[in-house]
Amino acid sequence: MILQCAVLFAFLAVGELVVYLTGIPIPSSIIGMLLLAAALKMRLVRLMWVDKVADFLVKNLGFFFVPAGVGLMRCLDLVSEQWLPIVGASVISTFLIIAVTGWVHQAVRRTFAHHDQPHRRMSND
Amino acid sequence: MEYLENKFFLIALTFVAFLASKLLQRRTGIALLNPILFAIIILIVVLSCSGVDYETYAEGGSYIEFWLKPAVVALGVPLYRQMESIRKQMLPLLLAELAGCVVGIVSVVLVAELLGATKEVVVSLAPKAVTTPIAMEISAAVGGIPSLTAAVVVCTGIFGGMAGFRMVKMSHIKSPIAGGLSIGTASHAVGTSAAMERGERYGAFSSLGLTLNGLLTALLAPALLSMMGYEF
Repeated sequence: MILQCAVLFAFLAVGELVVYLTGIPIPSSIIGMLLLAAALKMRLVRLMWVDKVADFLVKNLGFFFVPAGVGLMRCLDLVSEQWLPIVGASVISTFLIIAVTGWVHQAVRRTFAHHDQPHRRMSND
Repeated sequence: MEYLENKFFLIALTFVAFLASKLLQRRTGIALLNPILFAIIILIVVLSCSGVDYETYAEGGSYIEFWLKPAVVALGVPLYRQMESIRKQMLPLLLAELAGCVVGIVSVVLVAELLGATKEVVVSLAPKAVTTPIAMEISAAVGGIPSLTAAVVVCTGIFGGMAGFRMVKMSHIKSPIAGGLSIGTASHAVGTSAAMERGERYGAFSSLGLTLNGLLTALLAPALLSMMGYEF
């Protein structure tokens, strides 16, 4: 478990370092995630060094958001004044994002399957 | 009752609230009783009734929130496991993300305006689909209220996790790749944890969706907002 945490936090630390050195407005955790995936792919890191702690954290991801959600306490007045636009806009927009992202993905894939590799159509589904 | 402000008590309370919500959902079998949402409600009610303010709670809560960053790094593992299929379809993934990102920002701004939100609420909602750290940074940069953004982000995530798969079905999205991608794009890491329960393929593409949309939103949100007439 110590090895697993060491690997995970090492990638987070590298992510922090990249942000510190370049000042890019991307969270260190996202950079760490991409670097970890790349390092696993290039066999710099073996899956068995990190999979246990990673699977545990990924499985319980939702729990770690609870304190941020409790932060709703700080803006209850604002939310009770403008609950309709806040809830309405979030719900409608969430639905549109899901529909559009999925449609575009399927449409582009279908086009490519027709032109480039008809025999492999749907092969990844 | 100064003890109520003890951070270890507050951490224990958070675990117990989540566990109780989870048990309640399992016992009743009602999917609507989302444990994250229910735990948040229990905590807000308990804290308000006992007069503990958010800043005090956050002293304990920050130890739980701390794990958010390592947990996002951990998403690199499912991402790695699906790397082959991601590589095979770079173009459809990127185009889908670009469309989802732009539609998400523009639609939330237009609907909020239409329903009469004030300017600072509108810009606080703009980055609501992406994960909290990115969303809060964008919110601050465009003159929004970061704490409102964080709360809306978490609620959007919970909503996406609860209703996302129904929306995928209603939109006739058939492939698990497109479905997972959509959920991650719309409802970041909270939606991804729901997608992960459906299967690792869903989960991996959902983490890809949250990553790409996070990056694109950070790049595009300020420009899109100023194109829609918001100055900051």
